[in-house]
Amino acid sequence: MITAERKPLEELIEYVRPYKRVLLVGCNECVTVCAAGGRKEVGLLASGLHMALLKSGVTIEIREHTLERQCDPEYVEELVPMTDGVDAIISMACGCGVQEVARRFKGKPVFPAVNTKFMGASERQGVWAERCQGCGDCLLGRTGGVCPIARCAKQLMNGPCGGSTGGHCEIGDDVDCAWALIWDRLKELGQEERFVEIMPAKDWRPGGGSGPRKIIREDLAE
Amino acid sequence: MDNFEPVIVAFCCHYCAYTAADMAGSQRLSYPPNVKIIRVPCSSKVDALHIVKAFEKGADGVYVAGCLEGDCHFKNGNSRAARLVEHVQKYMDEIGIESERLEMVMMSAGMGYRFAQKATEITEKIRKLGPSPIHAAIGRQERDVCIMTE
Amino acid sequence: MKTDSRLEKILAAGHLAVTSECGPPRGAQPDKVREKGRYLHGIVDAVNVTDNQTAMVRMSSLAASVLLKQEGLNPLYQLVTRDRNRLAMQADILGAYSLGIDTMLCLSGDHTKFGDHPMAMNVHDIDSIQLIQMVKKMRDEGLFQGGAEIKGAPKMFIGAAANPFADPFELRVLRLAKKIAAGADFIQTQCIFNVEKFEKWMEGVCARGLHKQCYILAGVTPIKSVGAARYMKTKVPGMDVPQEIVDRMASVPKEKQPEEGIAICVETIQRLKKVEGVAGFHIMAIDWEEKVKEIVERAGLLPRPQV
Repeated sequence: MITAERKPLEELIEYVRPYKRVLLVGCNECVTVCAAGGRKEVGLLASGLHMALLKSGVTIEIREHTLERQCDPEYVEELVPMTDGVDAIISMACGCGVQEVARRFKGKPVFPAVNTKFMGASERQGVWAERCQGCGDCLLGRTGGVCPIARCAKQLMNGPCGGSTGGHCEIGDDVDCAWALIWDRLKELGQEERFVEIMPAKDWRPGGGSGPRKIIREDLAE
Repeated sequence: MDNFEPVIVAFCCHYCAYTAADMAGSQRLSYPPNVKIIRVPCSSKVDALHIVKAFEKGADGVYVAGCLEGDCHFKNGNSRAARLVEHVQKYMDEIGIESERLEMVMMSAGMGYRFAQKATEITEKIRKLGPSPIHAAIGRQERDVCIMTE
Repeated sequence: MKTDSRLEKILAAGHLAVTSECGPPRGAQPDKVREKGRYLHGIVDAVNVTDNQTAMVRMSSLAASVLLKQEGLNPLYQLVTRDRNRLAMQADILGAYSLGIDTMLCLSGDHTKFGDHPMAMNVHDIDSIQLIQMVKKMRDEGLFQGGAEIKGAPKMFIGAAANPFADPFELRVLRLAKKIAAGADFIQTQCIFNVEKFEKWMEGVCARGLHKQCYILAGVTPIKSVGAARYMKTKVPGMDVPQEIVDRMASVPKEKQPEEGIAICVETIQRLKKVEGVAGFHIMAIDWEEKVKEIVERAGLLPRPQV
């Protein structure tokens, strides 16, 4: 899923300060899972903003709503009746959602309430770690299911480098050496010969090297 | 606000803190009426939103009362609650409310005296701190409305 | 012979090669490069010129290599994949060869986290092994990585780094094999203090006949003080400094420690001479270039052979 973290309240207060009535929109998918922008977080943020502004004598009306997701125009359309009389919209969705809301409501300033971070998975409750960088040409079948692009700090494809120590990356003890993980997996799978094969220089075009990407499904698109 | 009477909300877990409150009552141990008790099945059932909304509605102080370390009926609800309280204190700093207005308290079911003692202690602490900035701001707003309608 | 590299000639003739290192300055100070070069004249067969070492910006290794060449030294141009994409690297390699540089080392580079620009991107368009492949393709096939023909192919003698002391140990011989399969002609190892562990690695290397496919230069570093020994032991990833070395440094008074460090370095070289597969030495005396002559002399490696 896409992970995100709420922006510092200070920054958000400055976004909304000029306005009398704002719509705060949450998203029920990724940002709900990482407790950054779901229904609950919308409630918390609305309350926090209201109080922070009240302290300086500013009253603001904050409308709260959470969509199933913000990256599909059909769902974003549901906001239309709620935007009546609203001066600005704050979206707690990832960057994808914020942009879709901005695209639909061109006349209203739209602000992001979270910093979108990475595509990752949950390691345990409350901890999410980066797993995928969308390189567009997945090689997980060759590396025992561990991605060297997302999980190696130098995205080496023929690792490990000389800084790998005790299974950790040279950048810190809290980061696994992806190639140590890959080697362990390949051993478990009896696929050590995959390690010896040299992975040639990657074509980065599927990974964004040739500009912003799009998928068009001819069977689904009109 | 010369005769400031703090409004304190106490989220008390059914198994320990609430029972202790009950015991304080039956032992005729008095504690300030400022403390409004809300019973929850476990201190970890208290959500950040409950605490934040309490302050938004004008509470001057809030505390979450759970079982003693290691004694939680649900294993580790009390430690989760303690972690949550710390997290909300940081949010309060961001908002601009003194984080001392929120506290995590632990006690066993038989500690009626501790319940009363803590309730008194916290009420006095909040009395000294004065009304929460939100309570004060709400007060100002209401006065402004009164002035406008005169 | 694949190139005109002096280093290749010395190694091919069967002599023990000696290389050392020069870190370019953190400013446009060409005299500093020349000064370091002067200490190494006639002492070593090639001088490594580091490329933004430890991710700290320095004069480019290409420029510093050219300055050393002008001083009559033989530069060993280091290139890391951290800072440049494949276009820039190929362009720099063509430029380097055009300016008389024919020996290079292909590396990944330390992470930007350690340097003075932690906010910069780590490029890594290709990794060090893919870089070796790329340079070999340029040299032997006269083709760019993208496939087009090169007019004026760079005949580079290709080197790579190896670290027998990093983890996991069982991979370290395999990784060397990969670098050689990719096209590495010679290897310089991380500096050796734990000779036993190095010997164990070399056993694995020789068992696969890798020492016959590629020249292996053993890395050594003279320690300046017991503080430096401790720092390298605990704070530098991938370095193995046995406790005996630290204790030995600590056992002499502060003024005598540099001398002790040099003695250890010379002794290490003497021990390494006896290890099968060692084709030479790479002496890394960072900010202590003036001592390289003494080390090479005491290790019985002077005068350098003429080829």
